[in-house]
Amino acid sequence: MLFYAEPIEFTPQAGCGAPVWLGQIAEGEDLLRFAIAVHGAGGRIAALWGEDRRREAERFRLNCVFGINQGHVWVALDLPAQGDACPSYPDLSGIFPAASRMQRATRDLVGIASDGGDQRPWLRHGGWPADWFPLRHDSVHEVGVGVGFPNLPSDYDFVQVGGEGAHEIPVGPIHAGIIEPGHFRFSVVGERVLRLEERLGYQHKGVERRLAGADFATGTRLIGRVSGDATCAYAWAYAMALEAACGVAPPPRALVLRAFMLERERIANHLGDLGALGNDAAFAFGLTQFMRLKEDWLRLNAELFGHRFMMDRIVPGGVAGDLDPTALRRVVEQCEAIGREVKALRALYDEHSGLQDRFLTTGAITAELARELSMTGMAARATGLILGGRCYRQGYTPPPPYDRLGVRPATDERGDVAARVAVRFDEIFESLRLLKEMAVAMPEGDVRVEIAPVPGATGLGVVEGWRGEVIVGARIGPDGRLARVHPHDPSWQAWLALEHAVMNDIVPDFPLINKSFNLSYSGVDL
Amino acid sequence: MIPLLKKILRTGVITEPAVEVDIGPRQEIERLNDELLRILGRALTIREVDAGSCNGCELEIHALNNAYYNLEGRGIKFVASPRHADMLLVTGPVTKNMENALRIAYDCTPDPKLVVAVGDCGCGCGEVGQLFGENYATCGPVDNVVAVDVRVPGCPPTPLALMQGILAAVRRA
Ligand code: SF4
Repeated sequence: MLFYAEPIEFTPQAGCGAPVWLGQIAEGEDLLRFAIAVHGAGGRIAALWGEDRRREAERFRLNCVFGINQGHVWVALDLPAQGDACPSYPDLSGIFPAASRMQRATRDLVGIASDGGDQRPWLRHGGWPADWFPLRHDSVHEVGVGVGFPNLPSDYDFVQVGGEGAHEIPVGPIHAGIIEPGHFRFSVVGERVLRLEERLGYQHKGVERRLAGADFATGTRLIGRVSGDATCAYAWAYAMALEAACGVAPPPRALVLRAFMLERERIANHLGDLGALGNDAAFAFGLTQFMRLKEDWLRLNAELFGHRFMMDRIVPGGVAGDLDPTALRRVVEQCEAIGREVKALRALYDEHSGLQDRFLTTGAITAELARELSMTGMAARATGLILGGRCYRQGYTPPPPYDRLGVRPATDERGDVAARVAVRFDEIFESLRLLKEMAVAMPEGDVRVEIAPVPGATGLGVVEGWRGEVIVGARIGPDGRLARVHPHDPSWQAWLALEHAVMNDIVPDFPLINKSFNLSYSGVDL
Repeated sequence: MIPLLKKILRTGVITEPAVEVDIGPRQEIERLNDELLRILGRALTIREVDAGSCNGCELEIHALNNAYYNLEGRGIKFVASPRHADMLLVTGPVTKNMENALRIAYDCTPDPKLVVAVGDCGCGCGEVGQLFGENYATCGPVDNVVAVDVRVPGCPPTPLALMQGILAAVRRA
């Protein structure tokens, strides 16, 4: 099968996961042309990672996943290895700006580089040498504090803004609140933000290196901890990738239970965010109320699933644990109760003039920008883009069980903080509806099947998590263990949008704008 | 304004009181809080440092301030600067990229200071503690980098376990 009449033969991925097509190319030129065609058709870059395949094929491999209307296409470009040198591939950041940081991370980790664009290191701060690449299979190192590579302080080349009165405000890596670390460099005139440049990577803990060589079960635990607040989305995407690779279909009841957990995760995060957004606009009442609801929500998770965030409950082959009719009834009751409360709170939020004054027009981005930056998820829908892996659209059928649930996408065209608040409210109501619907029509049967590794197989999983599209690409090694697993967080793209959203707003609005996106650091630092 | 006040009144005080029995962790929360207050007799200030977590631990630390646990209502406050803090609450396997920042935060915290390592990652215990281990990018558990007084294991530890850990650290001091 061809896309956009480009000469790349694609084959559909087997199984019941999200629709994915795989294609293999040999020339960088073909990749470039395909990327241009995807961009022209309104598509986006969804993920990009590298792979050391010198053991099997004397090659490195660049993996690019593009999001198109029909689903996702996974293009693999083989790059001949030339000794220890850094092979290069065509720079995609001129077509998709979001590719830039992914390319930089790929160079830091695998040692294959784009032939243009930003060449500053991204994940490598000073903890290992520039000519040493952690994801090459022949990279050895000593571990421990004080042995191995010295941890050198690093200098980073921030883009400087000149002009009269312009100055910089550095923030981080440790922020003022209870939040993950990252560095923000504001260039301001007076209070007005002229430019924000992010420097991330502080959470880089070598997840991909730990995934390489792990068995499926260890991989499940690792992947569930890429970004703790989206653990169900990651676990599902990982399971989907391995099931596609091994030709296993999870039982229908398992699929519904997975969606059940994913929707509960979505609601938990939205509840917390709505509270925090109220708080950041000096409306502490909102925080108190929503955190109370979130706590109730998490306590029921603990009772039903044995874990407040449902970590390690979605596993390759199905789910660990089942819900009995009593549990399902309790979920329905809770959904009714929480739904009533959120409705009342929404009225209070909507009518609170001080709150709306802070929300409206603050941190606005346009749909056009969201598309240029390849954004997905809640923040993209808050610009008016109707984009969501759970919903039908012309030419796209969502994977089960969402194909039978008829999810209505929540959108808002304003693109500001108010829009992101509104979309969160709408998504809570929709997810509550889905939970109730699933609870009364839960298919009977098993919740887990055996999954045996197929050496050499590959698979891609895509799940619409609460932030946006979570992607996991996996290849199984000849020994039946994971050879390479790459998790991709929607925050890769959305972090760029944050840089744009604060422009022309004032510095004190930054915490509010930042919270309205609530992006993952750990998910992109890996 | 009136609907707002109504909502506040109707919600009432939900901080878990001691009198009621059989409602899960309520008594324990109250007991811990009383003990904390008795020992301290004043406020305790905490600076949270995420030195490489997956953000799961942060979710539970946030929960400490919800009305059920109401930590701040009892005089225990999260502060913005380590210079204002009595205690550092540190999560995550300490990444190499955060090692220096953690050391600086530690040095900035006035003596006598307490350090509580949070989560299986931060403590280096359990199966999860081994997941990231020590590698090219991480220094491993918190006590590989700064001295730790008390460890709160769990992935992530529940708010209750966190309260117990904070109390244990204060008791030791
Ligand atoms: S202990 Fe668990 S929740 Fe906490 S940082 Fe580690 S993996 Fe995340």
